[in-house]
Amino acid sequence: MDLTTTYAGLKLKNPLMPGASPLVDNTDAARRIEDAGAAAVVMHSLFAEQIEGNEIAFARHVERWQDNFAEATSFFPAQDDYSLPPNEYVECIGKLKAALHIPVIASLNGTQLGSWHTFAQQIEQAGADALELNTYFLATRREVTGTEIEQRIVEITRAVRSSVKIPVLVKLSPYYSALPNLAGALEQERADGIVLFNRFFQPEIDVDTLDVTPRLDLSTHEDLRLRLRALAVLRDQVKFSLACSGGVHTWADVVKAILAGADAVQVVATLLSRGPERIGDLLTGLRDWMEEHEYTSIAEMRGSLSQLKCPDPEAYERGNYLRTLQLWKE
Amino acid sequence: MIKSLAPKRVTLDGNEAAADVAYRVCELFAIFPITPSSPMGEWVDEWAAKKQTNLWGHIPEVIEMQSEGGAAGALHGALQTGALASTFTASQGLLLMIPNMYKIAGELHPCVMHVTARALATHALSIFGDHGDVMACRQTGFAMLCSGSVQEVHDFAAVAHSATLATRVPFLHFFDGFRTSHEVQKIARLDDEDVLSLIDPAHIKAFRDKAMTPDRPIIRGTAQNPDVFFQAREACNPFYEVTAAKVQETFDALAARTGRAYKLFDYEGHPQADRVVVIMGSGAETVSGASAWLNSQGEKTGVVRVRLYRPFDAKALLAALPSTVKSIAVLDRTKEPGAPAEPLFLDVASALYESDRAGKVKMIGGVYGLGSKEFTPAMAKAVYDELKKSAPKTRFTVGINDDVTHRSLPYDERFDLETEDTRRAVFYGLGADGTVGANKNSIKIIGESTDLYAQGYFVYDSKKSGSMTVSHLRFGPQPIRSPYLIGQAGFVAVHHFPFMERVEVLAQARPGGTLLLNIAAPAEQVWDRLPREVQARIIDLKLKVYAIDAYSVARAAGMGGQINTVMQTCFFALSGVLPRDEAIEAIKKAIKKTYGRKGDAVVAKNHAAVDASLAALHEIKVPASVTATKGRPPVVSPAAPDFVKRVTAVMIAGDGDKLPVSAFAPDGTWPLSTTRWEKRNIAQEIPVWDPALCIQCNKCVMVCPHAAIRPAAYPDAAAADAPATFKRTKLRSAELPGHSFTIQIAPEDCTGCTLCQKVCPAKDKTEPKRKALMMARQEPLRMAENDNWEFFLKLPPPPAALLQDNVKGSQFRQPLFEFSGACTGCGETAYLKLLTQLFGDRLIAANATGCTSIYGGNLPTTPYCTDRNGRGPAWANSLFEDNAEFGLGLRGGADQLAVQAQRLLQELTPVLPAPLVEGFRTADQATDAGLAAARSVVAELKKLLAKRDDEPSRQLLQLADYLVKKSVWIIGGDGWAYDIGYGGLDHVLASGRNVNVLVLDTEVYSNTGGQCSKSTAMGAVAKFAAAGKGNNKKDLALIASTYSNVYVARVAIGAKDSQTVQAFLEAEAHPGPSLIIAYSHCIAHGFALANGLEHQKLAVDTGYWPLFRHDPARAERGQPAIVLDSPAPKQPLSAFTSNELRYQVLFKSSPERAAELAKKAQAGIDARVVAYKHLSEAAGSSTEAKPGTTTGKPA
Repeated sequence: MDLTTTYAGLKLKNPLMPGASPLVDNTDAARRIEDAGAAAVVMHSLFAEQIEGNEIAFARHVERWQDNFAEATSFFPAQDDYSLPPNEYVECIGKLKAALHIPVIASLNGTQLGSWHTFAQQIEQAGADALELNTYFLATRREVTGTEIEQRIVEITRAVRSSVKIPVLVKLSPYYSALPNLAGALEQERADGIVLFNRFFQPEIDVDTLDVTPRLDLSTHEDLRLRLRALAVLRDQVKFSLACSGGVHTWADVVKAILAGADAVQVVATLLSRGPERIGDLLTGLRDWMEEHEYTSIAEMRGSLSQLKCPDPEAYERGNYLRTLQLWKE
Repeated sequence: MIKSLAPKRVTLDGNEAAADVAYRVCELFAIFPITPSSPMGEWVDEWAAKKQTNLWGHIPEVIEMQSEGGAAGALHGALQTGALASTFTASQGLLLMIPNMYKIAGELHPCVMHVTARALATHALSIFGDHGDVMACRQTGFAMLCSGSVQEVHDFAAVAHSATLATRVPFLHFFDGFRTSHEVQKIARLDDEDVLSLIDPAHIKAFRDKAMTPDRPIIRGTAQNPDVFFQAREACNPFYEVTAAKVQETFDALAARTGRAYKLFDYEGHPQADRVVVIMGSGAETVSGASAWLNSQGEKTGVVRVRLYRPFDAKALLAALPSTVKSIAVLDRTKEPGAPAEPLFLDVASALYESDRAGKVKMIGGVYGLGSKEFTPAMAKAVYDELKKSAPKTRFTVGINDDVTHRSLPYDERFDLETEDTRRAVFYGLGADGTVGANKNSIKIIGESTDLYAQGYFVYDSKKSGSMTVSHLRFGPQPIRSPYLIGQAGFVAVHHFPFMERVEVLAQARPGGTLLLNIAAPAEQVWDRLPREVQARIIDLKLKVYAIDAYSVARAAGMGGQINTVMQTCFFALSGVLPRDEAIEAIKKAIKKTYGRKGDAVVAKNHAAVDASLAALHEIKVPASVTATKGRPPVVSPAAPDFVKRVTAVMIAGDGDKLPVSAFAPDGTWPLSTTRWEKRNIAQEIPVWDPALCIQCNKCVMVCPHAAIRPAAYPDAAAADAPATFKRTKLRSAELPGHSFTIQIAPEDCTGCTLCQKVCPAKDKTEPKRKALMMARQEPLRMAENDNWEFFLKLPPPPAALLQDNVKGSQFRQPLFEFSGACTGCGETAYLKLLTQLFGDRLIAANATGCTSIYGGNLPTTPYCTDRNGRGPAWANSLFEDNAEFGLGLRGGADQLAVQAQRLLQELTPVLPAPLVEGFRTADQATDAGLAAARSVVAELKKLLAKRDDEPSRQLLQLADYLVKKSVWIIGGDGWAYDIGYGGLDHVLASGRNVNVLVLDTEVYSNTGGQCSKSTAMGAVAKFAAAGKGNNKKDLALIASTYSNVYVARVAIGAKDSQTVQAFLEAEAHPGPSLIIAYSHCIAHGFALANGLEHQKLAVDTGYWPLFRHDPARAERGQPAIVLDSPAPKQPLSAFTSNELRYQVLFKSSPERAAELAKKAQAGIDARVVAYKHLSEAAGSSTEAKPGTTTGKPA
């Protein structure tokens, strides 16, 4: 049985990998994940704006009270040898590369063009096998159009693509008005694939204090369907790689994602709750299912239930929603 | 031989110049922070943390001790073992080292102590420079070598380390505190070979050979008896006899290598001088300038600089004096009241007396420059002028106006020696706005990218918030030898516009010069904003005026309020010190160098600010005549008391130098309640109260660090003639109908910290981001709110029913600590304010030196004040180390007077009305009512006693006030309580006496810049702990609670204010010793203090700062003495530490150590949770003596 897959030009021994998260921040955990059978690891995101913000806040706090009073012209020892987040991140890539045999995919997150390409180059130089660009633009002002937002993603992809040689993947948010169009544009910019989808903090209201706080819950099984539809719809229209990220909790979810069209499947929540060894369970389940259903390779499986290939293409469209409602009424 | 290579030029200050040499030739430093020497310790600690090595490839160890006494002991020990060791100190610190100095010298250990000479605390503390401290060491047996400039500090540091090894005589190398220690100069750096060439390895070997080691055991420190002590003491003489010659040899060796030649006594001046001044330290440079000028006018003068003061080589002095000298003035920078003359004078006099010139030379002696009083060429000239007189003052002072004993010499303030080829610039900056940093940077740029010499000196304010800094910069082709402030500047920059209204910023502007203003106004409006006086002076002096809205430029570039880069760019653009493009390039390069390792974003934003600055800089057209109608406002209100107008106002205006001796009490006594007259207007935004939303909890009042927001509850009728904008609402109290409630802000005293708004729990239901307090721009509100504040102060006192023992009730009481100069958002002052609210009218306070004594007692204005009856805290600062003992003395003294008063009352009982005596017996002085009753009885008693004519009545009349309870509180920071004063604190707690100790715990020595104390927590980075503190914080509260009769509380006002109030009340009520340790957020923690209360909450929620009370009264009731007031930690420690720079710095500089320490710290907290729980569940014991009875004395 051939579990191998090609993802963003990387030959992987199987489609399973932990998604961007702090799961692989330390090399011991990363080794356990590799030992459990993961085909690659995706590191936690380096947040571009946060780095810049931290640098500035750091410098400002150190300087904030300098030269204010004769007895205390400063408050911290002068340390010119700071290790800044990009350095820490870059060091982490190095450590993972040294510890693991499987590819290491770095992740970069931001909202402005800023210094993405600088960070991307640092990541490439540190030895990352691929780079996942995690984009998230929330339109909160009425003058911002959907086109502008899509354009910004395309521009960042272009900037990063032209500054590094390693494969570049773009991780998207759900709910773009015209996902296939955006995916096509990214393919044209020579992105090596897209990851569907990212999940972000959502606001929560505290009814006691009347405060609003951002909150992130782990994905649930329900989150998968949104991804399945996107994978199935895109699979027949783009050639670059597709990864499923979010909502994969069981071996059956893995099977579904590949059938819908995924080249790779990322898992986070289930590893967090059940430990790195969970990857092994998923792989066993996948293998058993393939055997039972007489699939001999991932290639054979991939996209076999894409929108064009599935028995009922409409099931992936709006009708699907109507029918669900009707069924529920009955 | 002089090296062929040009020396490396570096730009640094005196402290760094000394530390740079000391680090390279030592193996161990024992240090303790004290201004102005702390930076030397900080440098060596930082270099050691970075694993920099000394000349022999070794990383020296830096040990911070608990006091200077401890540092000297550790130094002595290290020397005994043959380690090359040193220390740095000043002032009181040096005094604490004296016992060990005798030991070190007595045992002939070679070592060098580098000392920034500083005034000793006498009638007042002074952090500034004079020779009072070093002169107190002249009898210890240490050699004393004095440097007068930054270059000399560097050179003499090397000479001292060399000579001590050569002679075995220990050296005290000193230079003027601040004037030299903090002056930035471009100097030639001694490279490693230079320093190494001065150190003879044979001397090191000889030193090591005498070390204590069990392999070659010896014994030192014996006790000697009358038979031998004397002879043995004289045995050291040969070493001292050769020391001066050895020092001269070392000077010569240095000169041979560097070309810089020095003598033990250096003469400079006319070869046939008839008048000579002898002086030591930086003042010699000034005298030399004045002498040169006089000689250029045909006079014959000279100056002798004393380099090696001990051993005093009389022969060398006499050799230095021209044979033509007829009269000598010796200038001492120290004062010895009652002495025949000051010490240097006596030494010079005895040298002359024993020479063949005895009786042929007239001598006079003067005192100058005490506490960093300016010493200018004009003053030096006055001394030469005095020498010319037929009957000069034999003892004089110079630099002040002594209208009491008339010792001072007059001098011509306009006399100025500045030369045309030296460019001079003066900058007025707002403290911490980056002005000083930018100027230091400019000096480096000019020093390093041109052949010009550069000098920078920085004058700071006495306040910690909203303070003014004045930078004095000189640049020129010749070395700059002007250790005094700039009198005439071609460039004046005012970086904070409000100074134009408060300070005579153009006092130093020279005709035709340039004025640069930072002002938030369009160019066309700038002229009209200037006060009349300023406009007139600009026109008069024909100044060119330029303006920039630097805050806007900085904000647009993402730099927040940091205007340093913007203003620095403007300075270079206008001053012409460097060609403009070259200057811009150099600034950008410097930015890259400073911030490169801190991140590209910071560099990019600074570069953007540079680029944006020039476009935003405008020349302002100066009209031919004054157009402004408004002048500068008066310094203080016309309603101020006479003393404030006569003395305080002069100091506030920056003219304190002009006050004569007669203006001051001779014993250091000052009146209270003066901060209220210094309207500083430092808040850009102040809180605005919304009566409709307010729930009247008074929490805003509780947390305000500056007592600038206050509540009032009063009968409705009292507001009848309130100003139109005065706000009030119905008082929420069923018992007090017909009453109003107001929250009022003192608009000109508020510092804008926003803590009141942060703590406010009252939210608008339809728009919860709106609270009952919202910040708004101060300027438009200022006038109206001033009227409201004035009206507010006249409202009747709150009804007694409101003054309950809780947060809300406590805050209706008048704070007797207001508008201090503490930092904006200070975490300490709310506790002090609460203390004065609860017990201020009966409070005697002993205050350790530190932040609390600086914002509590630094002139010109002080915050402790009196209540409506004229009562208030009697406050004094003795020293740093003795505060607990000082407080115990206050208790003991007051008690003695009280006991005598009681005895006299007893004695007079038969002749006094029975109800009166009974009144004392029945008044419960633990309550407000009881205190009031006792006071009224005292008033009654005094009236009666005044009419009587017997001795007991006369005595009781004097002591009657002591019949009313006095509350003694001992206040200080963690540096005092955990470190330097711990022994005393422990003793005082063990005394059983009724004293209360309040420790404001910021976990570092905040006042001196955040040095590590034993209160610093594990993993925190602090000065002297640059590699992160590796040990746990001392649990002082737990240690104190091992005394079963001591009341102990650990509190955090931002986490649980009710527990804080309860602890203060219980501590006061406890009849024995009490200790409250109060968590105080601080700027040294590295976060915006506006979030201070949240940080306190996090500190408690994570178990970092568990709240508890140890109450002996509970133990007596059979309950566990310890009550935990905070629950088990709800969050991991990292939730707290990840928000504070002091912890995050280590994650940046050494992430692995940071992670390891964080893990250990968390484990420590986990263990403490278990231990505390156990203690809080253990049954109390009352086996020990009851409070207040251990000594058998009255409590």
